[in-house]
Amino acid sequence: MTEKVHNETTNSIVKIDAYGLSHRELNAKLREAVSNGTQKIELRNVYGQRYIGTDLNKSVEIEIFGVPGNDLGAFMDRPRIIVRGNAQDGCGNTMNSGEIIIHGHAGDIIGLSARGGKIFVRDDVGYRAGIHMKEYQDKKPVLVIGGTAQDFFGEYMAGGVVILLGLNLKEGEHHKARFIGTGMHGGVIYMRGSVESYQLGKEVGIAELEEKDYQTLKELVGEFASYFGYDAEEILKQKFSKLFPRWLRPYGRHYAY
Amino acid sequence: MKTYLPPKFIVERDAERCIQCQVCVNQCSFDTHYYDAEEDAVRSREGRCVGCHRCVVFCPTNALTVRANPLDYRENYNWRPEVIEDIIKQAETGGVLLTGMGNDKGYRVYWDHLVLNASQVTNPSIDPLREPMELATYLGSKPDKVEIDPKTLSLKTELAPQVKIEVPVMFAAMSYGAVSLNVHESLARAATEAGTLWNTGEGGLHPSLYKYGAHTIVQVASGRFGVHQEYLDAAAVVEIKIGQGAKPGIGGHLPGEKVSAEVSMTRMIPKGTDALSPFPHHDIYSIEDLAQLVHALKEATNYAKPIAVKIAAVHNSAAIASGMVRAGADIIVLDGLRGSTGAAPKIIRDNVGIPIEMALASVDSRMRQEGIRNQASLVVSGGIRNSGDVAKAIALGADAVYIGTAALVALGCTVCQQCHTGKCAWGICTTDLALTKRINPDIGARRLANLLRGWSLELKDILGGMGVNALESLRGNRLHLRGVGLTDTELEILGVRMAGN
Repeated sequence: MTEKVHNETTNSIVKIDAYGLSHRELNAKLREAVSNGTQKIELRNVYGQRYIGTDLNKSVEIEIFGVPGNDLGAFMDRPRIIVRGNAQDGCGNTMNSGEIIIHGHAGDIIGLSARGGKIFVRDDVGYRAGIHMKEYQDKKPVLVIGGTAQDFFGEYMAGGVVILLGLNLKEGEHHKARFIGTGMHGGVIYMRGSVESYQLGKEVGIAELEEKDYQTLKELVGEFASYFGYDAEEILKQKFSKLFPRWLRPYGRHYAY
Repeated sequence: MKTYLPPKFIVERDAERCIQCQVCVNQCSFDTHYYDAEEDAVRSREGRCVGCHRCVVFCPTNALTVRANPLDYRENYNWRPEVIEDIIKQAETGGVLLTGMGNDKGYRVYWDHLVLNASQVTNPSIDPLREPMELATYLGSKPDKVEIDPKTLSLKTELAPQVKIEVPVMFAAMSYGAVSLNVHESLARAATEAGTLWNTGEGGLHPSLYKYGAHTIVQVASGRFGVHQEYLDAAAVVEIKIGQGAKPGIGGHLPGEKVSAEVSMTRMIPKGTDALSPFPHHDIYSIEDLAQLVHALKEATNYAKPIAVKIAAVHNSAAIASGMVRAGADIIVLDGLRGSTGAAPKIIRDNVGIPIEMALASVDSRMRQEGIRNQASLVVSGGIRNSGDVAKAIALGADAVYIGTAALVALGCTVCQQCHTGKCAWGICTTDLALTKRINPDIGARRLANLLRGWSLELKDILGGMGVNALESLRGNRLHLRGVGLTDTELEILGVRMAGN
């Protein structure tokens, strides 16, 4: 059921109750709402419906109450999605632009092959987060994770910025991910707190931050903090490590011609 | 390190014919020919020659002959020259051997052991010159049954999206970056003229080619290069590439040298960086995951286009294909052992996968047994050489075929297998701007459209000879095939009888 309520000052908000709707039915409703020029959509009772935000291609804010299914924002271009809950696997898959803000955890391969847009996750993410993110000219995907990540974090990265904050780690606890940045050949990863060399893929180098890195962090961590009610300055006080690809062509010597 | 590799070819220059014009010097992108200013003579360095015959064709006085270097090693069936030379190459580089084009080994070509039927006396053949002959094919999922509204006599069943092709031959996926933009334009224009489809491969679609979108299949592969909303919207069909016959299970590395400014634009990666396509899609580890991507693309294109899924033909293709249909694939593409490539590890190309004829027959049989053959169209590729192979593939159960190498040969390719070097002297498999000019899209499109026209006419002759007037009557009709020189097991898998039986 779709009901339209008018907010006195802003554009109309479309409320959609997703209960019992298949992903196809739900996305058809979203398409319809967006094609009518709706600026804000509120989705209630979302129970794992996939592909929310795909094929909308307009600036629209979608606030999701519940748990959106896999491939949230897949191939997404422009919408802004706020999840009041956890997201599942494949969030931001091949995303082009837009924003996804998750007030909770997210599953595996978040940001897979994303080329643009921003993803903010308050808590933890699963395996292979940020895998094969890439960038092109002004398009540079951003993934900021408040908690920690599993193995193969930043695998195959070809571009973009990934930040791992570890805010939920206890005193003395450190990130447990291994094979971080395996196959990385572009982009940059910032990790708050220490990371041991055995946790890194062999294509990854580790460096001290420079001034421009701090600027990037200030901007993106500031944005992260503003969404989830953190104090950015407090977060930035702790030491960060910068991970970078040691070679732009990791497999240049792989072949015999 | 001095190389122990002997020259593969001998270049002979007829001194009486050679006019020292240096056309060969300019045409050879492998630096075989050179002008010796001191002696005022054109000469050749034989070790560089790859046997592509560009110089031979363009020599205005026919002064050049290129022939294989006889290489009289002591005869040994096991330690053949190729085996020895591969070891030498690896001893000198320590790398994975790379190669281009399809498997060149002597695996049985089953097309050459299948023969087609014709009408004699008991049923009349049909002359396609004087009677209509239907080659049109619709690609897409077909319903289990159709319902007609008895009042209006219109179709009540909602049909899945269908794409019509006028000839059951499409151009296989070859990415921009592997081949040049002029090749892409030639393929796109020829496909448009012939009413068929061409395939972008995984490298994006150049903005100048969006106008051919109605005849374009866009590919979504593990690297997701150049995939965005406009790209998906532009196409007639979206193809998920899981695998490729030349390198089943293997990803792709487009070396940074090939990522020019233009290639960087369509792939949407920085210039000069390697474009690495991972081995698997990291969002597909199961049939259920495949279903997820199929439906993600259906959502992204609002259910308006068929979604194809391409796999390399491997041992369990039949079971995998069944899963693909259940995952929602509208078109299944099988690429066989002889499928070609712009670059693949030689050891993979030459040893992994199964012949397309066997894969096609087993997949078609399996889908029929399970009652799901109608739910997806079946397209095959990997070594289709002529319209005879096309007709046999259709009779074995294919809806259509893809041609890659045959199309490139139409453009000038002589299958010299140097695609991976990026130096193609015929200007096909290169992004070197000086070389890519060698393909003129006006002429390229003409040559390709001519090839398709020739094959269409031949297919009509084949159908007419059989006494049928539509390709649909041949499709999956294995009674029109007989085997020659095959074992019982081979015949059983192919589902055809022995000739004479």
